[in-house]
Amino acid sequence: MKKSVIKEKIAQSFMAIAIVAVLILVVSIIWTIFSRGFSCITWEMVTSLPGGGFYIGKEGGFLNAIVGSLYIVLASTAIGLLISIPIVFYLNVFLKETSKFAYIARLAFDVLFGIPSIVYGAFAFTLMIYLGLKTSLLGGIIVTTLLIIPIFIRSMDEVAKTFPKDLLEASFSLGATRLETLGIVVRQIAPGIATATLLSVGRAIGDAAGVMFTAGFSDSIPTSFTQQAATLPLSIFFQLSAPQIEVQNRAYAAALVLTIIVLVISLLGRFITNHFSKNRLK
Amino acid sequence: MRNPFLRWFIPADTNEPFVPNAKFQHPAVAPEITVDHFNLSIDGAQILKDVCVKLPANKITCIIGPSGCGKSTLLKSLNRLSDSIEGVKTSGDIRLGDQSIVNCSESDLVELRRRIGLVPQRPTPLPMSIFGNIAYGCKIHGLKGRRQLKKIVHHYLKVVGLWDEVKDRLGNPATRLSIGQQQRLCLARSLAVEPEFILADEATSALDPVSSKTIEDLFVKLKEQYSIIMVTHTLRQALRIADYVVFIYMGEVIEVGDAKQVFENPQHELTKKYLSGAIS
Repeated sequence: MKKSVIKEKIAQSFMAIAIVAVLILVVSIIWTIFSRGFSCITWEMVTSLPGGGFYIGKEGGFLNAIVGSLYIVLASTAIGLLISIPIVFYLNVFLKETSKFAYIARLAFDVLFGIPSIVYGAFAFTLMIYLGLKTSLLGGIIVTTLLIIPIFIRSMDEVAKTFPKDLLEASFSLGATRLETLGIVVRQIAPGIATATLLSVGRAIGDAAGVMFTAGFSDSIPTSFTQQAATLPLSIFFQLSAPQIEVQNRAYAAALVLTIIVLVISLLGRFITNHFSKNRLK
Repeated sequence: MRNPFLRWFIPADTNEPFVPNAKFQHPAVAPEITVDHFNLSIDGAQILKDVCVKLPANKITCIIGPSGCGKSTLLKSLNRLSDSIEGVKTSGDIRLGDQSIVNCSESDLVELRRRIGLVPQRPTPLPMSIFGNIAYGCKIHGLKGRRQLKKIVHHYLKVVGLWDEVKDRLGNPATRLSIGQQQRLCLARSLAVEPEFILADEATSALDPVSSKTIEDLFVKLKEQYSIIMVTHTLRQALRIADYVVFIYMGEVIEVGDAKQVFENPQHELTKKYLSGAIS
């Protein structure tokens, strides 16, 4: 056999091994969650709030955590989108490619991207003490928004950089101002926005450290922004650290719910992306 | 593919005479573009040197010259798309009628760009439907109402000869059209905002021979109402359709004149060389 062909075969097998290794890992995690979760999940767990002896394995469910997580994720994703789309638009349409300001801004977002969520939590906690706020749903939303904004910006920005300049010129030559090209930019980078949203939702819903200090934990569903809110990751954490096996099992049920929520959001995201990107210039 | 839900926004095929919106009135006398001692440099490198030329109304003006001589840059300067080039510096003036293009405010620029349409080198359908592409320009200039937009879309699709090809799928993405159709759509999109000048930057270079013939024929037809300036690499195309020729070499205008005179009896040595194929 020729040398180059042998090289390719070896490289190919390495790639295959890498993929299989990752798949085994992912499947085993999902298998653990699903097998332990499905064996103990009951309708009561997903539809009811924690009862009296919930944390020693008695009646009740973790609806508080499901609703709390959804509140925080939906609100922070919406706010995050509203903040980061203008930023990405400004970086790519208003600033020139060689702009120093854009360079520094991108660098800053890269740094923010790498900061662990516990630091965001601690920072927000100090800020809240300074402002005299208590742990609350609002605090959780704010810190989660801060956490996902860099993810939003960086992943959208990468897509926006590939935006065809011809399209902008076409729009300008019709007499559009830069602001009026927003609709075109958003349509063209829609798949990037969807991917960014999926990444952000994944990070936001799975994050425990950021909300630990800021959103607190509560056995009831928050009815206002100033009340404490429970979240799924924290709920899993508290239950998993309990000595009783019933409580630990319930943690797996909660993890199952978390995984399913992420799965549903991903599928929904893909569907919406395909729908919106059909008009794109390729 | 017919989508019954989109039926309601498909314009009716009528023969009513088309009247452009009052916002887009053409001036009584078609203006000329005057380039007056115009210099342009990018990062210190002089691209256009002291360009002085008058681009006449209601004619097809072809800007010809070897690659990299500044043809496209000159064309881009005419509607100030050159602003987005990094490190660009200009001096001198370009005027549309009496209105300066180089020294105008942002709000005048928007109106100027409407009056000077652009057909790009590579077709660039906006990420919208066919209908949306043509209505886009009208919408950003404040035209409202589906009835009116329908009329405009219908009229300009007819002008560029696309109507019969796309009338059943106006709601479909414009990117699904063939390249030749996309280019005609881009032309219709520019015409929909009632420009006086049309700039074409090698508008046929990405197209197949049949589609480029269609575009050429359209330009010849359109010059009665519009003034057309096209940059072309193909001398033959210039020979076929040009009324007026500007020959540029190394950023300088070498020869300007009626097509007949420039092609049959060039005055300048460089023009002769270029026409005979000695420089390209």
